[in-house]
Amino acid sequence: MTRASNSSAENGNGTRNASGGDRRFVPTPAARERQVVMDADAIRRALVRIAHEILEHHADVSRLVLVGMRTRGVPLGERIAEAILRFEGVTVATGALDISLHRDDLSMREFPPTVHPSDLPESLDDRVIVLLDDVLFTGRSIRAALDALIDYGRPAAIELAVLVDRGHRELPIRPDYVGKNLPTQRSDVVEVLLTETDDIDAVVVRAGVEKDGLKTESDPSSTAATERRGRGS
Amino acid sequence: MVIESKAADLAGRSETRRETATADQTTWTGPHLLDVDTLSRDEILLILETAEGMEEVLHRRVARTPALRGVTVVNLFYEASTRTRASFELAGKVLGADVINVSGNGSSVEKGESLIDTVQTLKAIGADVIVMRHPSAGAPYLAARNANAHVINAGDGWHAHPTQALLDAYTLSKAFGKREGKATGTLEGKRILIVGDVQHSRVARSNIWALTTLGASVTLVGPRTLMPRGLETEPEAGQTQGLPQVEVDDDLDRAIVGADAVMALRIQTERMRSAMLPSLREYASRYQIDATRLAKATKGAPLLHPGPMNQGIEVAADVAHGPQSEVERQVQHGVAVRMAALYLLARTGE
Repeated sequence: MTRASNSSAENGNGTRNASGGDRRFVPTPAARERQVVMDADAIRRALVRIAHEILEHHADVSRLVLVGMRTRGVPLGERIAEAILRFEGVTVATGALDISLHRDDLSMREFPPTVHPSDLPESLDDRVIVLLDDVLFTGRSIRAALDALIDYGRPAAIELAVLVDRGHRELPIRPDYVGKNLPTQRSDVVEVLLTETDDIDAVVVRAGVEKDGLKTESDPSSTAATERRGRGS
Repeated sequence: MVIESKAADLAGRSETRRETATADQTTWTGPHLLDVDTLSRDEILLILETAEGMEEVLHRRVARTPALRGVTVVNLFYEASTRTRASFELAGKVLGADVINVSGNGSSVEKGESLIDTVQTLKAIGADVIVMRHPSAGAPYLAARNANAHVINAGDGWHAHPTQALLDAYTLSKAFGKREGKATGTLEGKRILIVGDVQHSRVARSNIWALTTLGASVTLVGPRTLMPRGLETEPEAGQTQGLPQVEVDDDLDRAIVGADAVMALRIQTERMRSAMLPSLREYASRYQIDATRLAKATKGAPLLHPGPMNQGIEVAADVAHGPQSEVERQVQHGVAVRMAALYLLARTGE
């Protein structure tokens, strides 16, 4: 990928878990407190594979719209669009979706999430949308995104692509394209870092802290800040 | 070992970024929005940034979100209003709130119910946010002290009209951005003219606070009889209620040269009776914004007016609807800015 190879830290020393987005079992990261589970190469390979899978599923690319969920879903969508352009020579429409106003936890937060404009094609009627997020966790963000999308029109279909599926779903939602299945403890923190937003490409898991026999998040201080880091939900 | 250190490095980075994110995060602090003078620069910018997202919502096919579901907004208006009340009502509805309109006429106010009793009654029926317009300066402050609800001042006497000032700042930021080829522009270092009856204008007062807080310099232009007193003199010791530093000029043709934006105020014809203005014709000849005068400002300088406009008095008809006029956009932006205010107030935890 274009932007992925600018950091020397990532080159030539793939981690043990850099298996790219296959669906094999990967041990939980409980053994170590912090672990890089995907490096730049692994992320690049996962996105290339998702791009191929999307192409296999959709003969007519002209109807596709890759809609990234703010913040980190947006660069993921752009990278997949770049890959499709490279393989097939066609430009796929992309967009950005902000779900702040559709979240189901607004009344439980100390501070409301900052609202940003969504940026979508004129009409979504009869388009096939591939929704992109960095981490799939409880599924609640996806529920909010589906609600938001319907307000823009009536798509022919909506599919879901995620870089990391970490499990622990709380809603009946499943992804169509997965970069990497990552078994985690509920208390673990999964962070996706992308060059566009974080100056580096990596997926990092930080294990939850054992406290009085109960697992809690290693940094419970700020939910809002954690979400800005790209912890999926 | 290499992997270990890399992991530590990355984790370290994400740790650092986390702290930065928390520190950078501007939050809304006050439970009410009574005037702009208590808002920090960051808070104003947060409203404008939030309004940007809200404006996009208004362009959706279905402009309705569940963000304020379960929140009740009461519009309590003791004074006539079309655009302010309608835009608060629409703002609340787009965000999914329940909106109730109560006006001074035809309510228990006519039976002599006091303001405090009224707001407490509204709270008792479940009002979370009270949007209030009142002819007496300070009335919303009294309401805020006595109602256990968020109070938004929608205009009190000659004192303040914070959401109008914020939507004006938003409009200017968009207009300056457009000239620079960006989504939003800064007000920093811009010179903005406020022309007309400043003395009786709550819009002007709140705008002076908003614009100067955002780094613009403000020049007030109008007949001396319509300028607030005490602007040219230093505030007396211990006095804190003064306005920020502004320029005052009674010559529009001189002041408008090189101005980055012009804001015309409504001439309230009821003021004529008090002999503050000799005649509307004289006012128009000296202070009307027309094409010749507007051409002396910087190229493409936006023209604002809070409405309702007396065409042919404050503003000539051709520029009122000309390419530099932002009047219509001000009304549209009003909904987005009021959505931002309702969202930030109602969704910031107590």
